[in-house]
Amino acid sequence: MTDDAKLTAQSAASASGHAAADAGSIAAEAMRRRRRRRVLTYAGRLITLALIVGGWQVLTDVKIVDAFFFGSPVGIVNRLIDWAEHGTAYGSLWEQIWITIEEALLGFVAGVVSGVVFGVALGEFRYLADVLGPYIKVVNALPRIVLGSIFIIWLGLGMSSKVVLAAVLVFFVVFFNAFQGVRDVDRNLVANARILGASRLQITRHVVFPSALTWIIASLHVSLGFSIIGAIVGEFLGAQKGLGLVIATAQNTFDANGVFAAMLVIGILALSAEALMAQLERRLLSWRPPSSAEIADAAVA
Amino acid sequence: MGVALAVGPVTGRTPGSIELLGVTKRFLTPSGASMTALRDVDMVIAPGQFCAVVGPTGCGKSTTLTLVSGLDRPSAGTVRVGGQPVEGIPKGVGFVFQNDALLPWKTVLGNVLLGPMFRGLPRKEAEARGREWLQVVGLADFASHHPHQLSGGMRKRVSLAAALINEPSILLMDEPFGALDVQTKAIMSNELLALWEQTRPSVIFVTHDLEEAIGLADRVVVMTAGPGTVKAVYDIDLPRPRGAVQEIRFEHRFLELHQQIWESLRSEVGRAYARTAAIPGAVGGQA
Repeated sequence: MTDDAKLTAQSAASASGHAAADAGSIAAEAMRRRRRRRVLTYAGRLITLALIVGGWQVLTDVKIVDAFFFGSPVGIVNRLIDWAEHGTAYGSLWEQIWITIEEALLGFVAGVVSGVVFGVALGEFRYLADVLGPYIKVVNALPRIVLGSIFIIWLGLGMSSKVVLAAVLVFFVVFFNAFQGVRDVDRNLVANARILGASRLQITRHVVFPSALTWIIASLHVSLGFSIIGAIVGEFLGAQKGLGLVIATAQNTFDANGVFAAMLVIGILALSAEALMAQLERRLLSWRPPSSAEIADAAVA
Repeated sequence: MGVALAVGPVTGRTPGSIELLGVTKRFLTPSGASMTALRDVDMVIAPGQFCAVVGPTGCGKSTTLTLVSGLDRPSAGTVRVGGQPVEGIPKGVGFVFQNDALLPWKTVLGNVLLGPMFRGLPRKEAEARGREWLQVVGLADFASHHPHQLSGGMRKRVSLAAALINEPSILLMDEPFGALDVQTKAIMSNELLALWEQTRPSVIFVTHDLEEAIGLADRVVVMTAGPGTVKAVYDIDLPRPRGAVQEIRFEHRFLELHQQIWESLRSEVGRAYARTAAIPGAVGGQA
């Protein structure tokens, strides 16, 4: 080997050594930066929460705002403990929560199933869509909450009126998404399936429905929230049990802490439902390539 | 040699023969006007023949395929497949689209076994056949991947397997390699020829690429700028098996044919271009 060759071989070796070290340190640096950002984010969130809750408590303690009308964090926690230990006016707190969950879930399931069935049917059969389209638009234009009153007249104060109200709220969201999803199917995929020998039913099952599923699942997030709204508003309008009734009672007795306490419970419910939904969505749409937004999310997390 | 305009109709019921007789196709544009995509097209493809269709953009090449596949009906004239007039999707037709029409939510294997499954084969058998075909196109290790995880060339191979698994006697291909890069396209052309030589379906291969057309086909049909009609038909007498498509390009006979056909295609490309670019006087000009 000549000196020149030796020299270049050496420099090449050291260069690759540098490269390895660089790759390692870059990864470590990126990891460190990500961890730092996460810690800062959580710290910021905690501080925000402490400021709001603490500020609220202090303002009521020094009587700048009236705790009777605005409630106070300590009062809310006390009310919750009281409910958990001694129950509400209508039985135990857990029973109220469970009733509301049950109404919301039943309404959600009924609304999703009917929404998907009608959405896919109208999307697949042009004639049906042309005939029923205007009526669906009219019903959709109504503020659907007012239907709650009718349902209570029809179905009474029991659970069924709330289930139906929740189902109606969910139905329209899911219906329009399923319909749009079916209309949005790639014509190429349908043509390909036809040539491969698929019957109309097979095309719906293997091509149209899975394709619309992306749209339908996107609507499930919103509609899960709607089902909880439906149940609670229904209870609000007239019920014998449930969180909505608890709020209505607290309102009638000027119990601000009670209203806030029930709100807190509902908030926790809604958030857990949201988390479950996200899990389900990930499972159902695992075939999808990660979108750029999701990649960005992963980088932040 | 060279120009051999439409041969007489194929007689009897040969599975795999394709005939278009006086076929015209008009579309209604969104504004309500009628647009003629194909006018008086006569085309006959014998069983087992590999026929490439070239022509400028918008000359109705793809429309021809949708008519043969039964996805659409002609406004006038008859289309016969295997001696039978086309009504609905004819039996034994396979289609490879330009954008691979794979279902993104199914795995590679799931996509390949669609054909047998739609035709009512039991799941187990369909799966076994699907795996066989994945082996043939060299993707056995990717059976449980989803399409978005594959490269363009691999997706194309999946599409080919999905189309060929039904053992079509007629394979329609609509610019199947148009979206691939040049190297991948060359590899895929060779693989297509190898597969074709095994099962020998009749092929209509629509393309913009004249070299691709001559390299692959027994016969090249040149179409006029829209409304499309058959301008000329060239028999490609290069010996088979052709071997590597990218090497045959330098053979003397290939160049001769290329020159001949290009001569005919050039004026059409010029006309189509002049129309889209709205350059008066460029008709038949230098393309």
